[in-house]
Amino acid sequence: MSEHKWQRGDLLGVAELSTAEVVHILDTAESFVEVATRPIKKVPTLRGKTVINLFFEASTRTRSSFEIAEKRLSADNINFSTSGSSLSKGETLLDTTRNLEAMAPDLVVIRHAHPRVPHGLAERVGAGVINAGDGAHEHPTQALLDAFTIRRHKGRVEGLRVAIVGDVAHSRVVRSNVLCLSKLGAEVTIAGPRTMMPEQPEALGARVAYSLEEAIAGADVIMMLRVQLERQARASFPSEREYFEFFGLTAGRLQAAADDVIIMHPGPMNRGIEIASEVADGPWSVILEQVANGVAVRMAVLYLLAGVQSGEGSA
Amino acid sequence: MSAALVLRGGRVVDPSQGLDGTADVLIEDGAVTACGAGLEAPEEARRMDVSGLVVVPGLIDMHVHLREPGQEYKETIESGTCAAAAGGFTAVACMPNTEPVNDDPSITEFILAQAARAGRARVYPISAVTRGLEGRELTEFGAQRRAGAVAVSDDGRPVWNAALMRQALRYARHFDLPVIQHAEELELSGDGVMHEGAFSTRLGVEGIPGAADDAMVARDLILTADTGGRYHLAHMSTARSLELIRGAKEAGRRVTSEVSAHHLLLTDEDVYDSGLDPDFKMHPPLRRADDRDALVAGIADGSIDAIASDHAPHHPDEKELDFVAAPNGIVGLETTLSLCMDRLVGKGVIDLPRLVDLLSASPARILGVPGGSLAPGSPGDVTLIDLDREVAVDPAAFQSRSRNTPFAGWTLRGAPAGTIVGGRVIEVP
Repeated sequence: MSEHKWQRGDLLGVAELSTAEVVHILDTAESFVEVATRPIKKVPTLRGKTVINLFFEASTRTRSSFEIAEKRLSADNINFSTSGSSLSKGETLLDTTRNLEAMAPDLVVIRHAHPRVPHGLAERVGAGVINAGDGAHEHPTQALLDAFTIRRHKGRVEGLRVAIVGDVAHSRVVRSNVLCLSKLGAEVTIAGPRTMMPEQPEALGARVAYSLEEAIAGADVIMMLRVQLERQARASFPSEREYFEFFGLTAGRLQAAADDVIIMHPGPMNRGIEIASEVADGPWSVILEQVANGVAVRMAVLYLLAGVQSGEGSA
Repeated sequence: MSAALVLRGGRVVDPSQGLDGTADVLIEDGAVTACGAGLEAPEEARRMDVSGLVVVPGLIDMHVHLREPGQEYKETIESGTCAAAAGGFTAVACMPNTEPVNDDPSITEFILAQAARAGRARVYPISAVTRGLEGRELTEFGAQRRAGAVAVSDDGRPVWNAALMRQALRYARHFDLPVIQHAEELELSGDGVMHEGAFSTRLGVEGIPGAADDAMVARDLILTADTGGRYHLAHMSTARSLELIRGAKEAGRRVTSEVSAHHLLLTDEDVYDSGLDPDFKMHPPLRRADDRDALVAGIADGSIDAIASDHAPHHPDEKELDFVAAPNGIVGLETTLSLCMDRLVGKGVIDLPRLVDLLSASPARILGVPGGSLAPGSPGDVTLIDLDREVAVDPAAFQSRSRNTPFAGWTLRGAPAGTIVGGRVIEVP
């Protein structure tokens, strides 16, 4: 266990975290992995704490993962999901915030389609705020669970070659992952068709490649991003068939990666588009472990933030 | 008519006469009748000691949104012209994107009547190019001109249909009206909310490429060349737009342009540093540092004709939305002069006569309205400037009904010290 004294009341992005804080979250998560193996998968850590899951954008996986994490910590939780967000109906962030405050939660987990909405919320509420995805900006718990999964498999993150491939422009996963893995000393390459790369992609702080082959050559870790099928309408790629042909990960292409490469995907997968089933279900795949580890990492984050929120701190 | 007024002992800066020195200005029956040292003023004239102040031709903000009729909760003609007076402007030209749109002489007449009632500044209505700003049918340029409109524009959106733009440029020639274009290729700006570049990439925010402006400017300049029309580019934001405009000017086209103070002073890095503060959101967006530097060079070398605020008031509740959801635009009437005095004149980028030209003579020339000079026969419109007064931008103290400015808290040296319109000293509440 690291010696770090946790003092942060919100988790808004990986950008704000120090390397020591990242390591501390991962170390803390180790102790929560075991809870899932117990016959009674519950600890009393957050008993009497209220957590609101505020999802302004549809989400099944992330929300379920947070919910399970909260329940296993014995928190009282409530889901507040609106796909047609009240913000878009003209309610100001301030009004939404005041409504929330009135319910006196200890923690708020928020997902929103617009960047930095969680940051705005955190400035205005007393409760701790966890960013569960803000547009294409950050998704810190995803990056932390990815780093956790890599560390468990490889024993380290430092010095590893990680390739992240797909719709980089519209991915919050890639932004948080580049920040997180770079803090931990990995060499990250981002890649995708030029129509799916943002302007000046090097500003994200990773090496940039424009072909799958170049990106995954010698890679220790390959992370495939979900292709947003609706982006086809914006001429990001001409067809699924063509995407798979040039950017889909197949067993054949994997020959270029390191022998012990692991394959990751934040889900949900489009089989036969960004990833072939033989890879998704193959021996390299750690995709389902990511899901399991997601619960442990979110438990760690909830635990650490709740400790600060109740003024106790935690070692 | 107001009584005679003589301004004594100020430093008169009037580039239209090549004047920069201590002089008196005599205004009788609403017009300047004499300007020079040691004037003999009539016995009954009101004497105003303006020593220590700079006396310049009344400043004209050629691009403002007064929101009336229809959005009086953001601004009214009364509050907007009070903001103009407080900011040192004696005249403003107001954009037609009101509710209803100013696409009819009855709206132009209404605006002029409200402006006369308020009595704080001259108001020059700008007519829509197309009915309802819908980009389909031209408005009655001739009737609008007769009612008092000084230009045509669909500002807020572009005249995107090239055939219609060509007709507008042709038809406006009959009435010598400039066509003021909000140049934006909408397919390129898409869902963008800030400049597309390194900072939008880091934030995961949809970007607006500079090409969205430039592609339409290029198209418009081709149409201007073919039609011989008069084209004015509103709120220029990129280095490449400037290059295109420069080229058209060198080719002798009837082309002018304006830039806002915020595009001269801020960049997309400021948007990033603000943490996506909605008060940094506007169209066109704040661009890269090298765009900003090019625009600054453009006002210094004369390629850009005017500085305008693009005063775009929005209610505080609207700017309480997050950055993506919040409306575009910031207020500028009460900050533009001090920003220009401190950051442009104060830093030696341009001299005071050039600033007066950018804010007074040049907009008057583009809009074809009187003013921009203190030569005898000019309207008795004067702006007084205190070069030494330091102001801290305080949105709570604005005359405007809105508070949306990225400049809150900036300390600026050089501030408006009063306006005179038609020989009448303007008071604000």
